[in-house]
Amino acid sequence: MTASTAARPRPIPRGKRPPLIPSNVLAMVLFTLTELMFFAGLFSAFMVAKGMATDGWPPAGQPRLPVEETAFNTVALLASGVALYIAGRRFSVAPQSAKMPMLVAIGLASFFVAFQGVEWVQLVGEGLVLSTSTHGSFFYVMVGLHALHAIIAIFALYWAYRRLKAETLVKSQLTTVQVFWFFVVGVWPVLYFQIYL
Amino acid sequence: MATAAPHAHDHGHDDAHPEESWVIKYLWSTDHKIIGLQYLFTGMAMAIIGGYFAYAFRMQLAFPGESVPTYGVVSPAQYNAMVTNHGTIMIFWVAMPVLIAAFGNFLIPLMLGCDDMVFPRINRLSYQIFLLSALVLIASFFVPGGGFGGAWTSYPPLSSEAGYSLTPLGSTIWLLAVALEFVAFLLGGINFITTTMNSRAPGMKYTDIPMVVWMIVLASIIFMASVGPLIAGAIMLLFDQNLGTHFFDPTAGGDPLLWQHLFWFFGHPEVYVVLLPAMGIVAEIITTFARKKLFGYKTVLYTAIATGILSFFVWAHHQFVAGIDPRMANLFTATTVLISIPIAEMCFVYIGTLYGGSIRFTTPMLWALAFIFEFLIGGVTGIFLGASGSDIYFHDTYFVLAHFHYTFFPIAIIGTFAALTYWFPKMFGRHLNESLGKIHFWGTVIPFNMIFIPLFILGVGGQHRRIYSYEHFPELFQPWQQDLRVMATVSLLVMLVFQALFLMNFFYSIFKGKKASKNPYNANTLEWLADSPPAHGNFLHLAEMPVVHRGPYEFNHPDRDEDYWPQWLPPEGVSAAPPADPEPAADPEPADESADQDADQDSDQDSDEESAS
Ligand code: HEM
Ligand SMILES: [Cu+2]
Repeated sequence: MTASTAARPRPIPRGKRPPLIPSNVLAMVLFTLTELMFFAGLFSAFMVAKGMATDGWPPAGQPRLPVEETAFNTVALLASGVALYIAGRRFSVAPQSAKMPMLVAIGLASFFVAFQGVEWVQLVGEGLVLSTSTHGSFFYVMVGLHALHAIIAIFALYWAYRRLKAETLVKSQLTTVQVFWFFVVGVWPVLYFQIYL
Repeated sequence: MATAAPHAHDHGHDDAHPEESWVIKYLWSTDHKIIGLQYLFTGMAMAIIGGYFAYAFRMQLAFPGESVPTYGVVSPAQYNAMVTNHGTIMIFWVAMPVLIAAFGNFLIPLMLGCDDMVFPRINRLSYQIFLLSALVLIASFFVPGGGFGGAWTSYPPLSSEAGYSLTPLGSTIWLLAVALEFVAFLLGGINFITTTMNSRAPGMKYTDIPMVVWMIVLASIIFMASVGPLIAGAIMLLFDQNLGTHFFDPTAGGDPLLWQHLFWFFGHPEVYVVLLPAMGIVAEIITTFARKKLFGYKTVLYTAIATGILSFFVWAHHQFVAGIDPRMANLFTATTVLISIPIAEMCFVYIGTLYGGSIRFTTPMLWALAFIFEFLIGGVTGIFLGASGSDIYFHDTYFVLAHFHYTFFPIAIIGTFAALTYWFPKMFGRHLNESLGKIHFWGTVIPFNMIFIPLFILGVGGQHRRIYSYEHFPELFQPWQQDLRVMATVSLLVMLVFQALFLMNFFYSIFKGKKASKNPYNANTLEWLADSPPAHGNFLHLAEMPVVHRGPYEFNHPDRDEDYWPQWLPPEGVSAAPPADPEPAADPEPADESADQDADQDSDQDSDEESAS
């Protein structure tokens, strides 16, 4: 070690800089990473079970999943994500103009969850329940966990909307909610292609 | 104090507590130091429970069927439950809360030179969930059927079918407790990472961060990246136990191996989650007491990152005999042998740090040196297990058990004692008694080796793990084997007696020990600038918040008369106050800070109310 290493010239320290990523956004990104791994665990488990199935997938005699209806519902969910993206863009320009797209995002998200609920009721009626086969188990557990995330996200979106109306919403808070909702929206198509198709 | 900013009281009921009662101060605190101590004391209490279990089942192994003093006769079901919960407690309720949560909470804000974590209330929630998880786990011992006995790895079908485990309630509550504990660590980990990213003292570059902070942050990242699949598995297991699904039941299309993959995908990274903080602690101690710069700061850092990444690709070495494809076993043998390289490298770097230093054999230094020595034995024996050929023989013998105790004991016990004796003056403002500390050191480390070396021998001799009594296995019940078992158990008793000595020293010194100065070891990192113990808000009462001017390990620098050069001292010839800066620089003043975090839900509450006193 030479003398110069310790006496290296340093920028004169300044006061607190604004952080690169606001803390609450960073925290949500980290949390979402865990969530990503969580769903990756579910997906890999599902793929193992599907790959091992000897009598085809879904097993013979099991009700068919509603592929077309869910495709429509998928579009609704994706549209909700787009609406929230637009809300974010508008918020930076004129905060109050973000109210409309926020409401649309919340509406579409709620529609998605409600639609799933109706679908579940039908499937149960057709005889697909949690314990009939691993097919049923994976379907309800994975779709159910996704729906749980969606419901929590709807509450978060509504919380952000309330703050927006009260003019106390800050950009980083909106971004935090966006990160979570984009994750929930983004996971769904993968789930759809894996489980329904 | 400028902290009584007016915005503090707009949250309604939450902030309206009348006076600072004991409960508010110690159980409802958002102060990172108090939360760190809460984790520490909870972890110590759990260690006593885990240690008591070890005492009871080791007595059963040495003297099968006889009544154990203070416990009574150990039944097979109780034996299984105690072994299971000993492992669970030591890993999830001792190693993690103490090494990561207790020291992480206490040290990170102090070492980074800020007043608290970024999210103090999430931090408080983290501890509360952790405490709840500990209580839930303890409750699981007392439900009808008794505590869960299917091993800490909880393989199905033993864990999923009540017909096999015979503990339907115990299994479920055990699983819930573990899940709660993970939530607590998730919240804590997010806090650690965010704080380190966003709250460092001005001037602190990435390479100026003390190694222990880096290691805790890396451990948190590894934890967060690996725990997801296990949570997924735990949910599936919970459904199998209670809701009639068949994820892990091969008779109904499920696959028990699936659990093993999900568990070990987390389980192996987990060993590095606890290893890295201990490595960081040792780095702080050996540099201070060898009075030398850490040999290869960046090497250690990059090595730790590489280890963390590699640790995600070795998990199947726990499943060599579980029926996985032998070609896959070869791959995992290769990755496992690879991962011993960075670990060995870190040990060499530490030895390189010691080389040529002026070493002071204080109690923390003894612990740190013992860590390197004992951990090496653990790592070397891992290589035999990592080679699938030899593991076919060693798997599920006491050789495995001795291997992981030679890794975990140095980490969780030796590492903790190193940290506790080193930072004790900072935590409690007083010194531990050195002579008692050294007696306790030898009284722990010598018996430790005498417990586990016999178990290595027994393991090589073919003694299987998780067996209640060897009486019914004549070839495992030879006199020489029983002698070794008795030797291990007696050594354990000796070790436990010396722990009582430590507890006496610990509690006596908290109240009556010699008063400690701010920087008793002449160390460099920022926590030594704060008072001992640090006041609420850490540095807020000083004239200004710390500013960092150099790396954390500048010992014996040729340009300087003193043999240490704290991070906070401005370069010679420069006045303490930052000189005229072309930009209108805001001084790092607390008031300022709360203003720019105004938006932030969690950071604004605590400093105001509690330091207003
Ligand atoms: C140099 C690095 C290491 C290598 C090559 C290694 C290798 C292995 C292997 C192959 C096994 C499985 C043996 C079997 O079940 O047949 C094993 C078990 C184990 N190792 Fe390590 N290990 C290393 C470091 C560590 C560290 C640092 C820890 C802890 C902090 C640790 C904790 C454990 C535990 C707890 C088990 C037993 C798990 C169980 O079955 O209950 N190992 N190790
Ligand atoms: Cu491993």
